[in-house]
Amino acid sequence: MSIIIKSVGPRDIKPSEITTEADYSGRREFIKKSGLLVGGALAGSLAVPAQASSAEGGKDFPGLIKTEYGKGRELTSYEDATSYNNFYEFGTDKEDPARYASSLKPKPWSVVVEGEANKTGTYNLEDILQKAQMEERIYHFRCVEAWSMTVPWVGFSLGEMLKRFEPTAKAKFVEFETLYDPDQMPGQKRKILDWPYRDGLRIDEAMHPLAFMATGIYGHTMPNQNGAPIRLIVPWKYGFKNIKSIVKIRFSEKMPPSTWNTLAPNEYGFYANVNPQVDHPRWSQASERKLGANFWEPRVKTEMFNGYADQVAGLYSDMDLSRYF
Amino acid sequence: MQFSLSRPGVRSFKPVVFMLCLFPFGLLMADAFSNQLGANPTKVIVRTLGDWAIYLLLIGLAISPARKLLGKPWPIRYRRMIGLFAFFYVCMHFLAYIWFDQYFDISEITKDIVKRPFITIGFVNFLMLLALAATSNKRMIKRLKKNWLRLHKLVYPVSMLALLHFFMMIKADYFRPTVLLIVLSLLLGYRLIVAFRPGSKRPSSQARKLLAHRWKPARYGGLGNTD
Repeated sequence: MSIIIKSVGPRDIKPSEITTEADYSGRREFIKKSGLLVGGALAGSLAVPAQASSAEGGKDFPGLIKTEYGKGRELTSYEDATSYNNFYEFGTDKEDPARYASSLKPKPWSVVVEGEANKTGTYNLEDILQKAQMEERIYHFRCVEAWSMTVPWVGFSLGEMLKRFEPTAKAKFVEFETLYDPDQMPGQKRKILDWPYRDGLRIDEAMHPLAFMATGIYGHTMPNQNGAPIRLIVPWKYGFKNIKSIVKIRFSEKMPPSTWNTLAPNEYGFYANVNPQVDHPRWSQASERKLGANFWEPRVKTEMFNGYADQVAGLYSDMDLSRYF
Repeated sequence: MQFSLSRPGVRSFKPVVFMLCLFPFGLLMADAFSNQLGANPTKVIVRTLGDWAIYLLLIGLAISPARKLLGKPWPIRYRRMIGLFAFFYVCMHFLAYIWFDQYFDISEITKDIVKRPFITIGFVNFLMLLALAATSNKRMIKRLKKNWLRLHKLVYPVSMLALLHFFMMIKADYFRPTVLLIVLSLLLGYRLIVAFRPGSKRPSSQARKLLAHRWKPARYGGLGNTD
């Protein structure tokens, strides 16, 4: 899939308006061409020449509901969000997923549901999507490596989907698993991680209205490198919790193992809530670098629960967050 | 006898080596200022500079084995320049961290150096290389005499710690530092074999000659002990 940006004419951009991906690409293109010293004052007018054609016309989700989530936030460019990824199933360099993820076949796709639920079984992804209320939410995404991006995700409420599987009273946790298929995911030929990738949530976290299942970004079907065809987005947690290319959902009574936690328990906790006060042993989590920022731009402060503290802090009110990191 | 560039029959490629050493830096600058470093340019800048510091350290360590294996003295002429370039890349690596990564936040930088072992190691390595660079001129070689050689053996712990610094920042994939570790092990292992088996067969008679009577570095560029 490639994004073609065409200039079709000028238009005014209000500061409150969400800037589209094409505008952003255009803006960066302009900055590239005009060299270094483009000040912030200029930046607003730079957005004018580029305009969305593909972004508006070529959307893969007609009639998509745009929600209030993150409305007005400055977006990361589509190019950056799809070329700088951690998806070790395709290699450990940030550019590897964009380079090699074409071997993934996201269609047809099925998801196995098992464990403490009434409606377990194998579901075609299409059937899951048919029942889902598709919408767009703009969420801030904070990687544990201290970089961040802001992306309009297309998808549906995780909790709404999970309820349809009718979890029982024993379902205290929900675990997710990524596809394991070294032919489709060549990075799995090397045992860098304990494949398949796994991660999980406490059931109350999973049922939280912010928890999201994403099948697209920027109005487009999810690119393979971003976790096609379906991935988790839990915006108040570090990026690695947001498991990609999900093939299995398991309801369980016990806390499930999660890949990074198993690999380095002192560095990656099960909760992995974004917390600027609790540093990673090897680097500070107090600030982050926004994808697309130029090298001379400073970091920005990281917010508690990635800026979603008002909505989610209550989930952890009785927990010592430096211990349960 | 003083080595000079104009000595008859000896061609110096110092300007070429100089440009080669500077090339990765120039390329990085060009890419940085033309926005070619991707979504997280700061990281690419810091990592690339660190990578080249290590590559040049390893190339510097390959000089003496190369000299012995080739049986020719000429590689030694470029060793100081390569070593100084390694230091240059370390300085730029450190500067990029201070400037672009931490934005001169002294308290954050201090905290990093004190709290995070891999950054502590990097900083200590910077100080050791500073000592080597500061004593790399002829005046210091003369003044320090035997101690100069002793001091400059620091390059061995420096290169080992540089790789440790690399290993310690990796999350899961150790492939690249492992390759570099193999190279370093070969370079250091060669020295161990030479040191502990003085009677063993040498690659060439000229190398044997070079080792047999103490090599006079002043002839080839003023590096080494001068007594």
